[in-house]
This record gives sequence, C-alpha cells and structure tokens, in this order.
Amino acid sequence: MTDQPARAALFRGRSLFPVLAIAIFAVIVVFFAVGLTKDSRKLPSALLDQPAPGFDLPPLTSALPGLKTVDLQGRVSLVNVWASWCGPCRVEHPLLMRLARDGRAEVVGINWKDKKDDAENFLKELGNPYARIGFDASGRVGIDWGVYGVPETYVIDREGRIRYKVVGPIMPDELKDSILPLIESLKK
Amino acid sequence: MIAELGHFALILALVAALVQGSVPMIGASRNDRAWMAVARPAALGQAGAVALAFFALMWCHIASDFSVMAVAANSNSQMPLIYKISSTWGYHEGSMVLWVLILAIYGAAVALFGDNLPPALRARVLAVQAWIAIGFLLFILFTSNPFLRMTPAPADGRDLNPLLQDPGLAIHPPFLYFGYVGFSMAFSFAIAALIEGRVDAAWARWVRPWTLLAWCFLTAGIAMGSYWAYYELGWGGWWFWDPVENASFMPWLIGTALLHSASVVEKRDALKSWTILLAIIAFSLSLMGTFLVRSGVLTSVHAFATDPARGVFILGLLAITTGGALVLYVWRAPGMGTGGLFAPVSREGALVLNNLLLATACATVFLGTLYPLFLDALGGDKVSVGAPFFNATFAPIMAPLVAAMAVGPLLAWKRGDLFGALQRLYAALAIAIVVGLATLYLTRGGPVLAAFGMALAAWLFFGTLSELAERLRLFRVPLSDSIQRAAILPRAAYGMLIAHAGMAFTVAGVTATSAWETESISSMRPGDRAALAGNEFVLLDVRQDLQGPNYTAEQAGISVLRNGKEIAVLEPAKRFYPVQRQATNETAILTTGFSDVYAALGDGNPQSGWTVRLYYKPLVTWIWLGAALMVAGGAVSLSDRRHRVGAPSRGQPRTRPRASAAPAAASDD
Repeated sequence: MTDQPARAALFRGRSLFPVLAIAIFAVIVVFFAVGLTKDSRKLPSALLDQPAPGFDLPPLTSALPGLKTVDLQGRVSLVNVWASWCGPCRVEHPLLMRLARDGRAEVVGINWKDKKDDAENFLKELGNPYARIGFDASGRVGIDWGVYGVPETYVIDREGRIRYKVVGPIMPDELKDSILPLIESLKK
Repeated sequence: MIAELGHFALILALVAALVQGSVPMIGASRNDRAWMAVARPAALGQAGAVALAFFALMWCHIASDFSVMAVAANSNSQMPLIYKISSTWGYHEGSMVLWVLILAIYGAAVALFGDNLPPALRARVLAVQAWIAIGFLLFILFTSNPFLRMTPAPADGRDLNPLLQDPGLAIHPPFLYFGYVGFSMAFSFAIAALIEGRVDAAWARWVRPWTLLAWCFLTAGIAMGSYWAYYELGWGGWWFWDPVENASFMPWLIGTALLHSASVVEKRDALKSWTILLAIIAFSLSLMGTFLVRSGVLTSVHAFATDPARGVFILGLLAITTGGALVLYVWRAPGMGTGGLFAPVSREGALVLNNLLLATACATVFLGTLYPLFLDALGGDKVSVGAPFFNATFAPIMAPLVAAMAVGPLLAWKRGDLFGALQRLYAALAIAIVVGLATLYLTRGGPVLAAFGMALAAWLFFGTLSELAERLRLFRVPLSDSIQRAAILPRAAYGMLIAHAGMAFTVAGVTATSAWETESISSMRPGDRAALAGNEFVLLDVRQDLQGPNYTAEQAGISVLRNGKEIAVLEPAKRFYPVQRQATNETAILTTGFSDVYAALGDGNPQSGWTVRLYYKPLVTWIWLGAALMVAGGAVSLSDRRHRVGAPSRGQPRTRPRASAAPAAASDD
C-alpha cells in the first residue's frame, strides 16, 4: 500500500552512515595534518632549475651597464625585478642594499614597466644596490621570466640557471633561512 | 598593568572553565543537585573573567599601549577611535579572545535563562560548553597570547590592515562569530543528549531558538562580509568562493538544515539522531573554518598571519572535538529511537529533502574548497578551484531546493497531499511562467538559464504568498475572518514566510547580476567619456594627494549623465596607507531602483590617464535585501512566544487558549 507510513531508512538507528562519517573525518584530519607541513604560499616557477631566458635589456642610466643573459654566467647572482611605483619594493630595498654590501652574490636589477626619471629618483633617494640594471619599459622580458608582479627575486647559479624564486618582497626570515644558505651552497 | 590584568583574567577563566567542565558533569551522573548547581556560578564567573580580559585588551588598543606586542603590530596612534576599538579583533590573537568571549556569553545565557531545563541536562550542557572553552583558552594562553609585552616599546604601531579600516568590517567579525560560535550551543545540547541517551520535544524546543539565533547572526555576518567585498575590494564581485568565505558558508548550509530538522524533532519527535548529527557537523564545520583561516593550509585574501604551531593545536582541538563527538554518536545514537513515522510526501518528507539538498550543497562546497589541499598533500600540482566549479555544481543543487521550498510548507505533517498542494500553487506557477517568458522577451532571448532563475525566484516568492493566503483562507472566508486569522497566526509562521520570501529576492538578485551585468574598463583622462547601460560617464577631474587621518588618497569626480542630464557625481577614490604600505579602493556606488552603477578608480597619472572601471549591476541590491529579510524572518520567529527561552513555563498564564478558532493555523508553522 502506498500510504503505509515509511521510515526514512537513512535516519534509522544502527546504519553504516555514522561509521562512514568517522572514517571520512579521519581521512580529512590526515590531509589537514599533511597540509600543515606544506607551505601554500610558495609558488612554483615553471622555470625553476631551467636556464634563465634569453634577453638583452638596455641600461637604465648611462652610469650603469644594462643586463643580458650572458651577464648571469660565471657567478651566483640575484635578479631583482622592481619598479619605482611599487610599494613593497621600498620595503625590501634596505635588504637589497645590505645584500649588495655583503657581496656574497651579485645583485642585478630589472626595472619593470617603469619611467626612467622615476626609477632614477627612486635610486637617488634610497641608494642603488644593483651592479647592473636592465630597463624593461614594456614588460616584455618580464613575461619570459614569468613575472606575476613586482617585486620578484630570482637566485641564479653560476651556470645561469634559475634556482630559487621569491614572489613579493624578500622577508628577513626567508633571506636568512633559505636564500643565504642556498647562495653559500651554490658558491661551493 | 592592564595587560597583565587581562592575562590573569584569562587564566582565571581557564580555572573557572575547568571547574565548570568537571563538577557539574560528575554531579549529573550521580544525580547530586549541589554539584550540578556549580555549573551556574562557574559559567557566570568564566564569562566575567573572559569579558574582563577582552575589555583589558580593548583598553590597551584605545590607549595605544604599544608596549603590548599585539597592539604595536595591529594598531596605530593616528587611527580613528572606531578602528582602534575594532582593531581589538582585527588580528588572530584578539579575534580568538572575542571568540572565547562569545562562547562564554552563550554559556552564561544558558546559566541565566535555563531555569526550565531539567537540571541534569543543564549541568551537562554547561559542562560541554566548558570543555570547548578549555580547549580555546589553552590555545590562546599557549600559542596566541595577545597580552605579551615587548621592550623597548616602539614609538608607534604598525597600523591595522587598511582593508579592515572600514565601518562594515569593524562590525562584521562579531556578527560572524556570534553565528559560528552560536552553533556550539546546538553542539553542547547534542553531546549532553547523547550522554543522557534521550532526545525529546523539550530538548528540540531548547535547541531550535539557539540555532535560529546563531543562524541569524551568521546570515547577517556573511551578508555584511559579501557587501564589504563588493564595495571595498573594488573588483565588482560580491562573492568569490574564496576558502574563507566558504568556511563561513558551509556552517550556514548545515545550520539551515539543522534549523529545519530540529522543527521535525520538536513537532513530530522524528529525525532525532539525524538532527544530533547535524548539530555536531555544524559546529565541526565552524571549527574547521577556524582551522583553515588560521593555520595557513589554504591561501586566501583573508588569511591571518600563520604559524604552524597554531595550526597543529587547532587541528588537535578539531580532532578531539569532532572525533570524540562522532564516536559518542556512533555509540549512543542507536538507542535514541526513531520516533514519529511519516509518509515520503509530507511536511517531514519535504524537510528531509531540504536536508539532503543542503547537505549535498555543503559537500560540494567542501570538496571544491579542500580539493587543492588534498591534491597538494598527495604530491600533485598546486591548483586553485575557482568560481566556475562552484557555479556549475552549486546552482543545479540549489534549483530543486528553491523549487521545493514553495511546495514544502503547503504539505501537511505526517502525510501530505502533493496534488492538493500543487493545486494551490497554480497562480504562483502562472506568474513564474510569465516572469520567465517576459525576461526572455525583455533580454531578447538572454541566457535561458537566467530566465529560468528569475522564474524560479518568482515561483518561490508567489508560492510563499500563496501559502500565506492559504493560512488566512484569503478570499474564501469574509475578509474580517482572514484578518482575525492573521492576528492569531503564530509569529514563527510569519518568520518562515518572510525568510523564504527573502530567499526569493536573493535568488533573483544573484541571477540578474550574474547574467546581465555589464562593465566598461578604460583608460580615461579628465574630459574623456564612457558609456554603459544607457548612462554616460564623464571624468571631470582626479584630485591627487588628498590627506586622510592615516592615509593619502586620489579621488576622481565622475559625472553620470542619463538622457544628457547629470543625475549624480561619483567619487571613487584610491587610498594609500603609508604605515602598512598598502592601497585600498573606495568605490563609488550609485543605486537607482534596485540596480547599482559602480565605479572604481585604478592606477594612473595625468599624462596617460587613469584606469576607470565602471559596472552596471541590475538588481544587485536584492542579494542583500533578501539576506536582510532572512535575518528579519529569523528574528520574527525568535520573538514567537513558543520559541522564546523559558516561555513554556513562564508564559503560561498569558498564553492564549490554544486558538480553537483556527486549529489549522495554530497546529503548525
């Protein structure tokens, strides 16, 4: 008979459902635990461990040379992509100045989607950490590097391969814990 | 000194919670009234101590005491007073104190107003509340102490995240927390019921108003958050399926299901163990949301500064709370009994459908939110699941839910008459079809799915009206009789009708905005013109270097012309907060009718012009109007005497003799 009142089987007492809920929950907790060990902020770079892209950028000012691919060979270097209009670039600037004085790696810059005058004023105001600066007004070379936004920093080994990438300003902890040890090991 | 007082008050609260969590529980099992009675002073004491800690922290913020590390990191002497106050909960540590404060307030409410609860149940509920409080107080004291000092104290603070310096966001977290944490009440009641091995209508009468209260706050909090995202982020969107948004949305979905299934327990004594499971899941999802936001396992625009130690601690809390509750559930729930029987086509059956659809919707959001985490944990790629996934999976689940929402309330308890119910919806069906066809005509065959969405909204709205007409026997009995019926109709019934109508507005608003939004993004110099949705826009000027209390700003003046006449001047601005070195958008929104014209100012300079984004968003205000109606419906329902805390006993003398004039209206809602 169709009008026989029916018990909703799903909600009846001893079913498999609650046990299943515990099992699912246990799996989720395991995933969370594994997730905690990973750093979700680290963005992978498709170029990691690949040779730096081929490029040849004109100098920003007459006082400093421009930047091209061969300049990155033969020594460990730090390529910093920056612009005068970028706030976080100002934040990380003192760190770059210290790195340049430290001399463990050559700091070079790519000035990205910027105006010559503004960029020069920026360096006059805050100091120049860069041994070379390539002027990438159109941002075309930035595309080859896979630049998301400024600032970004790449560690390049002696063979001219990209070994590390920082998106956003370099933080003191990351410099101390990851970047400097990497530079040391690359120099050996 | 004040900071040390706050720290000490937190420790005191922990001690009170330890007493509250142990003595009454033992008392309840031994049936010792004196031991059970300890719950009340302990709960009040705990609430008092946490409140003291919270206000001590707030005092440090108002007084700009930068020797307190958290104040130095999240406040600034230049900030307006309202943001000095709201910065108290604008960061991880402070917001956890607010979390615990709200938990303690709910506990104190049970202690104060729970006179008509069976003493053993009250003692157990308060003890379980205390267990949760112990976990979070330990968490604060060991990993997230907001009262730590730093020497030397800096001259000024690092400022509150500029995105949070907005009146809407200043009050949004407390609402959200009152919602999240409010589900702890349902949870505590569920655990207490499992320990007692008994669930009855009286239990449900208690759980329902608390769940409803939490649900109202959560609805309001989510709506505020979405409105904030709409005007402050300047991307023109109002919902981004961001992990943190989802973290608040999942408890809302399950909380909505719980609200409905609890009414079945109350009215029909059925679905008992399912309701308990929902209560456990609703609060577990709140905890999970806390974990996701604060552990950094998922990236999000809202993520708090993260720390793995905190993540481990909250994960432990989550595992103990939810795991323990589920084990208890498996052990005890089978003894609960099934209660009332019902036919598949009945009010209960409709509510089961509601529950299944809401649970499925929640599972979908859950999968979409956590998929990137699962994949990453398995060593796969870094992916992000975006809006297309959610839009494609969520809407097809919501459509039948909305369709059934109009029918369900018309079905009788126990055994309903589907055909009879549908018969009463002829008018609503006719209007829905007309609305759908009219939409297609007006938009020249615009997306068929969108026309369907509008028809669905009309179906729900007019179906809800039909339900009201049915209850009042409108047009079938003399008007005076209908008015009399309207006066007797329980407020809970009005609340349900208002909330369902609100859902109709939200569905219409979401559909219209998604389908017929138009935008124009262009680079404009002063004097340039742009056209959008029948309006013309002229960039008058851009004022640079405006000074605010703790920011500088650029502000554009954009004249809006309709038929050649200026109807408004929009002034979108971009602010730069030097202390945090962050820019924020201050969009300008012109609301005409129910639609918005929305302008945001991008980067630029006088030589090459400024990027100006203009959006036309039809019916967008209905999204929040609908949410406001849902909250209002919940509030009206809460004001119903039968839902009010303590009403069953205290309200007795003034209760109307159960409305013999309108048995149909009084017997259900």
